[in-house]
Formats: sequence, C-alpha cells, structure tokens
Amino acid sequence: MMWFNLAKAQSFMPTEGTEIAKQVDNLYGFLLITSFIACLLVIGGMIYFAYKYKRKSANDKTAYISHSTALEFLWSFIPLVIFLGVFAWGWYIYHGMRTMPKDALEINVLGKQWAWEIEYKNGFKAVNEVVVPINTDVKLLLTSQDVIHSFFVPSFRIKQDAVPGRYTALWFKATKLGEFHIFCAEYCGTSHSGMIGKLRVVTQDEFNKYLEEGQEEGQLPLAKRGEKLFALKACASCHSVDNPAVKVGPSLFQVFGHEVVLEDGSKVAADENYIRESILQPNAKIVKGFPHGVMPTFQGQINENELNALVEYVKSLSGK
Amino acid sequence: MGNTSAHGENYLNHEKGLWSWLTTVDHKRIGLMYMITVMTFFFIGGIMALLLRLELFAPNTVQGVGQVLKNGDIYNQVLTYHGAIMVFMVIVPGIPAILGNFFLPIHLGAKDVAFPKINLLSWYCFMAGAALAIATFFTHKIDTGWTFYTPYSIRTGTATVLMVLGAFIMGMSSVLTGLNFIVTVHKLRAPGMTMHRMPLFVWALYSTAILQMLATPVLAITLLLLAAEKIFGVGIFDPALGGDPVLFQHFFWFYSHPAVYIMILPAMGIVSELISTFSRKVIFGYTAIAYSSLGIAAVSFFVWGHHMFVSGQSATAGIIFSFITMLVGVPTAIKMFNWVATLYKGSISFESPMLYALGFLFLFAIGGVTGIMLAVLPIDVHFHDTYFVVAHFHYVMVGGTLMALMGGFYYWFPKMFGKMFNESLARLSFVFIFIGFNVTFFPQFVLGAMGMPRRYFDYIPAYENLNKISTVGSWLILTGFLIGLYTIVQGIRKGEKAPMNPWGAKTLEWQTSSPPPHFNFDVEPVVTAGPYEYR
Ligand code: HEM
Ligand SMILES: [Cu+2]
Repeated sequence: MMWFNLAKAQSFMPTEGTEIAKQVDNLYGFLLITSFIACLLVIGGMIYFAYKYKRKSANDKTAYISHSTALEFLWSFIPLVIFLGVFAWGWYIYHGMRTMPKDALEINVLGKQWAWEIEYKNGFKAVNEVVVPINTDVKLLLTSQDVIHSFFVPSFRIKQDAVPGRYTALWFKATKLGEFHIFCAEYCGTSHSGMIGKLRVVTQDEFNKYLEEGQEEGQLPLAKRGEKLFALKACASCHSVDNPAVKVGPSLFQVFGHEVVLEDGSKVAADENYIRESILQPNAKIVKGFPHGVMPTFQGQINENELNALVEYVKSLSGK
Repeated sequence: MGNTSAHGENYLNHEKGLWSWLTTVDHKRIGLMYMITVMTFFFIGGIMALLLRLELFAPNTVQGVGQVLKNGDIYNQVLTYHGAIMVFMVIVPGIPAILGNFFLPIHLGAKDVAFPKINLLSWYCFMAGAALAIATFFTHKIDTGWTFYTPYSIRTGTATVLMVLGAFIMGMSSVLTGLNFIVTVHKLRAPGMTMHRMPLFVWALYSTAILQMLATPVLAITLLLLAAEKIFGVGIFDPALGGDPVLFQHFFWFYSHPAVYIMILPAMGIVSELISTFSRKVIFGYTAIAYSSLGIAAVSFFVWGHHMFVSGQSATAGIIFSFITMLVGVPTAIKMFNWVATLYKGSISFESPMLYALGFLFLFAIGGVTGIMLAVLPIDVHFHDTYFVVAHFHYVMVGGTLMALMGGFYYWFPKMFGKMFNESLARLSFVFIFIGFNVTFFPQFVLGAMGMPRRYFDYIPAYENLNKISTVGSWLILTGFLIGLYTIVQGIRKGEKAPMNPWGAKTLEWQTSSPPPHFNFDVEPVVTAGPYEYR
C-alpha cells in the first residue's frame, strides 16, 4: 500500500477535483507500478544479461536454447491476465463516467473558434467561464459551431469532443471549491492553444447569486451590454480594445470617428454603418494589411438590439 | 570466395553515371536511392522539429524566446509538415524501402525482387508524391495536422487537396512495394529456403507487406473522399452539408492504426537480427516471433477505435476497442521477452548496431507500457490529445522504429558500401541520441499527465520548466545526428575495406562479397539450415 501511495504521489496528476478523478488516479497508480515492474524485468534483465554474458573471447561458445514452451506460455499468459484485469477495472470506471445522472444541472456549452460559450437554463450566457455549485451533479451538453473542439478539465479527468452537427455530453460532480483550467484538446486552428477557460466551483448560494446577477444583465446600459457581447462572441480574441496593438484583426481602440485605410488604398470614415457592415459582412471592406476571409460573419447570429449594443460599445472605445 | 567477387565487380561499379542510377532496376541501387531521399526528408522534418521545440522553450509571454515562429498559424503549419513528413516520408517507407529493398532478396538467396521494374516505379511514385506534398509548402501551406481531421480540413482555406493527393501517390508506392515483397517471398526463395528458414527480418517485412496491401487503399479512398468533399462539397464529412465529421476519423484510423504497425513491425525484424548476431546465439522462440508478427498484423485492423474514445463514439464501441487493443499487447510483450531471453547465456558484444538494438529494447519497453495505459478507457480520457500521447508515439516511432533503422543501417553498412565506419564515433553518436531522446521526451509524459494538450503553440506558466528541459534535449539529439552523419560520410569516403562477414553473422547476405555483385551471389546459394544456427 505504501508503494501504491508513493506511485500516486509521483504521478504528477493535477488536483483531484472529483470523485472520478480519484478513481482514475488509483488505476493510474496501479498501472504505474505494474509498468515499472515490467520495465524493470525487461530493461533490468537486458542490462543484467548484457553485463553477465559480455563477450570474453573471440570464439566464445554459446548455449543453444531455441525455445521453452512452459516459459513462453507463462509470459504470454501473465501479461494477458494483467491486461484483462486493467481493462475490466477501466471499464468499471468508464461506465461511471459515461452514465449520465438523472436530475443533473444541465448547462449548454458551445465550442467555437476560439472560445467556449456557456448558456444556462435561465438564458444567462457567459464566455470561457463555467460556474457550477459544489457537490452537485452537473451535465454539460456540448456542441460546436464550426470545427471539432474538445472540452478538457484536467483536474476532473474529463474530456469530450464537441462535434459540429450533433450533441455530446459529459458529467461531473465537483468536490473541491476553486478554479480549474478548461483546455481545448482537439486541434482547431490558429488560436487552439489560446482557447482556455476556467471552471469555477462555488457554493450553492454563490451559484444562485451568480445566475441571478447574470440574468439582470438585460438592464445594463447599452455600451456595457455591448462589452459583454464583445467578450461573449469572442471578438476579443482577434481585436484588441485598450491599445492600438494588432492581434489577428485590427485594433478597435479609438477607431470610431476616424478614417480607416482600406486594402485598395481608399479611405472610409468609421461611422455607425461602417461598424455595422464590418460585423455583418466582414469581407466587404478589408482594412489595409489584413487578409481576406478571416473574420466570420455574424449575420443571423445577433439581432438588432445586440448590434446596437456592440456599435455603442465600439463608440465608447473612442470616448464618444 | 575472397572479399571481392571474382572480377572485382559489384553493384556499385557495375554501371556508371547518374542516368544508370535513375534507370536502374537493381533492388540494391533502388534501396540506396530511397536511403538518400528518405535521409533528406528526415533532415527537413528534423529542422522543423527543432523549430517547434524552440518555440516551446518558453511561453509567449516571455519576449524574444518563445516567439520563434511569430504566430500560431506558422507553428501549426510547421507542426503539420513535421508530422506529415516524418510519418509519410520517413518512418512508413523507411525500413522496408531502404533496408528491405536492399536485403530481402539477398536474405532469400534471390537475384532481385519479383518485379524489378515495378520496384523502380514505386520509387518514382514516392518521389512524385513527396514532391507534390512538399510543393504545397511553397504555395498555400497547410495547417491541418497530419491527420487531416474534418471539418477543419474542409474549412481551412489551404492546400489540403494537393497535400492529400501527395499522400495518395505515396500510398501507391507503398502498395507496390508491399506487392513486390509478397510475391518475392513466395516465388523467389533459393533452394532449401523454406518459410521457416527465413530470417525474422523477412518475416517482419512479409507481415508488413500484407498490411501495406490491405490498409493503404483505405487511406487512398479516404483521402479521395476528402478531396471530393473539398472540391465538390459532396457532403460526406461536412456537417454543414449533412455529413458526419466523425466518419472521417473512422476511415482515417482504419488505415492509420495498421500503419502504426507498418512502422514498427520491420523494426522488430531488424532487432531480431541484431540481437541474435551480437549475442552469437540462436534467436529464442523463432516461431513465436514470426507468427506474432502475423498476429499483430491481423489484429491491428480491429483496434482503430482506440483513437476515438472521446470523439463521441458510443461507450459500447469504446469498450470493445479497448478490449481488442489489450489483445495486441500480448504478442508485443512476447517479442520483448524473446529478445531478452536470447541474450541469456550469449556472447554479447557492444558494437554500435547492438547498442541501437539494446536502445530499442529500452525505449520500446517504455513506449509499450505507456501504450497499454492509453488503451485503458478512463486513463485515455485524461491523456487523449495531451503531451502524454506525444511522448508515447515518439517513444514508439523514434525510440522504436528510428533506433532499429539506425541499428540496421550500421549493421549492414559494411555490406552496402564495402567499407567500415569509425566505431567510436558511431558509439558517441548513439550516446548523444539516446540520452537526448530521453531528455526530450520523458518530461512530456509528465506534461501530459499534468494536462498540457498537444498541438499547442503556447502554454500556461505551470508547464514551463518541463518544456525547457525538453527543448534542451532536442539539441542533444541534433548533436548526436550530426556526429552520425559525419560518421557515415567519413565511412563511405575513407573507411577501411570491409570483410565479407565482419560480425560473424549467419544469414545469407554475409556469404557474398561486400559490396555484393550485381546479381547478389556469384553462385546460387543452397540453404541447409535456419538463419541463426550458432552452435
Ligand atoms: C528527433 C526529434 C524530434 C523532436 C524534437 C520532435 C518534436 C515534436 C514536437 C514538438 C511535436 C509537436 C507536438 C504537439 O504540439 O502536439 C511533434 C509532433 C509530431 N512528431 Fe515529432 N519530433 C521529433 C522526431 C519525430 C520523428 C522521427 C517522427 C517520426 C514518426 C515524429 C513524428 C511526429 C508526429 C506524427 C507528430 C504529430 C504531428 C501532428 O500533431 O500533426 N517526430 N514532434
Ligand atoms: Cu478548439
């Protein structure tokens, strides 16, 4: 048992945030020990023989041992038993992972290049941040808007692809308060490694408050609502807003009310209609120095109210 | 027989001039042509690996270092070419095309392969496919990763179609080589060379050839479908058109999983030769090794789903695939034990080929046990698409296949070129590669366990130290390979004349002159015993 705990302590797995994580680590600890022993046998045996039977003279005689049925049976049979054992153990844990609890708190998660959009049952949306109550079964319903992404929380030992055109699901029950990383584990293009979110485990009270506050968002001032949307639609992953530095797209800092130079050298004033057009038909006017076809259109994905809010927000970035 | 053939004539000086090489149908010359081209591709893929590692030296928040590749797009492109070149142009063709071509007929006591002209054609196919794939780098670099997963590969506005076509043509080359080997084994064995007297390297190539013939066409069809999807929008894989993006993964891995064995089986064959020769001992469990190759080849068709445990395939499918995968583990384990048992009571010497063979055992043991871990469902859920997987497949493909390829290359070098190389330099090169390899890839197991996903251009600060170590390791590997390259060039140019059988081996290639004459043997050999009869 001491060995076992030692192996587990040395397994370098991140904090165990769920019950499942503990089970997975147990199995992994066992595998580490057996693997270590197996390697010791093979590598150790190799080194020992290499040392013991090192060539002594140019015409050493060697033993003629071509096979040994008993030995060969044993070393096929023992690995087989071990493999089937860990398979069964794995099956057991996997069964728990894949059986969705009834009455779980359901949250929808939409993957897109390059952010996670989270939507709660009451309509409250957040981006790159999943907040859940502790000790509660939570079920995430995953899908994707563009390419395949994969929702991965290392501390919970869970991972599931978010596939466009269908739903996949995973569940967990967090047993530790705190913040945990969410990574995208399926390669999804340019900012794949930037598609990082956090999963915040809070008390039930805090969770209720969080949802309520979120719902009140409708009453926020227009520009503030625009700011939320800007984050939510992941505009921020390509446009900077607080300095003129360029990310994938042009910076929006103090653009409104100024002139913009386009690809063909012509100039256009950045007014309300220009902003609107850039959101709905991004390729109509490309700013000089930026490639075509990078920004997706938001046509059909946001309504007029939301557009107003966004335009107002971009305006506010120029202090107007 | 002396060191040279009766007339001092050999396959190298049999004809002269570049043109005689480009039109040759001699399997040995074709083997050498593959060697030169594959080494070139390895060099290109290696430079790219170094760039990737350099980028990962530090997170991008650190100025200067950590921003070698400017942005994610460039990293993703370099990653794609590194992966695709290493897989399709180095490791898959590597052993069969270079050493297999050169030695399979000689091992059988044959004059050439069954279809010498098709053999040449397959080299041209390979070159054409590779040229096409590399050409895309100068037009519209692709950034899909070597797996071309849909719908990303459909949406990304890059040269997927050209690249896929390149892989398709290279696939044809692979099928042709496989076909040639199968017929050669069945038809051209010398008198007395029964199937059970064939060297294990031949058995391994034979199993590989079956895989090449059966699996590669699936890849070809998949790639054609992908191209059709991209050009005509037929709606097979693209969810926007009602297609199924996961279907692509099924197709892809139905080829690519067996392909993993196309990469490793020949390596196992070489290791069997090396261990026996350098311990001067009959191989332990000849039949077990021979038939477990065939067994692995057969079962490998039914395990593809273990690449897709978190793709959304059903839990039942996951369980079945995990189970079958466990079954492939057994014949692999058997081989490991057989090799170690062969050392028992041997007379072991440590020339560089043997160092590579022992290095193979060491690294492949680690690659193997981590493979079993990945086959266990809940463990894979955590490790899938993390650096644990990156470490695992580098241990298997680089630690396994590449080690064996290098070991085999040093082993047969005297036969191929009729010269000896500098043994101390070769050992030095091995030491650098071996240590550098572990320094590079072992930390990645830990990174993966900690949760760092693969194909990441940037990472959170918690992963920094291990990534630093890993990058330093890649410089050690580079040093090792540069020393190795020098050793080879030096050996070819200035090496001492090689005797006929420098290692005291028993297989047929050592019973002809070094280098062999145009038709391999001056007198057709007659075989009276198995290949490892050290009494
Ligand atoms: C010799 C030193 C090598 C180094 C330092 C190296 C390094 C790397 C790195 C940093 C990655 C990116 C991992 C990721 O972000 O997911 C990678 C991926 C990869 N490497 Fe290597 N590599 C080496 C040799 C090889 C060889 C010889 C092969 C031959 C099979 C190979 C096959 C691959 C493949 C298939 C990928 C995955 C590409 C993808 O994800 O699309 N590597 N390597
Ligand atoms: Cu993603």
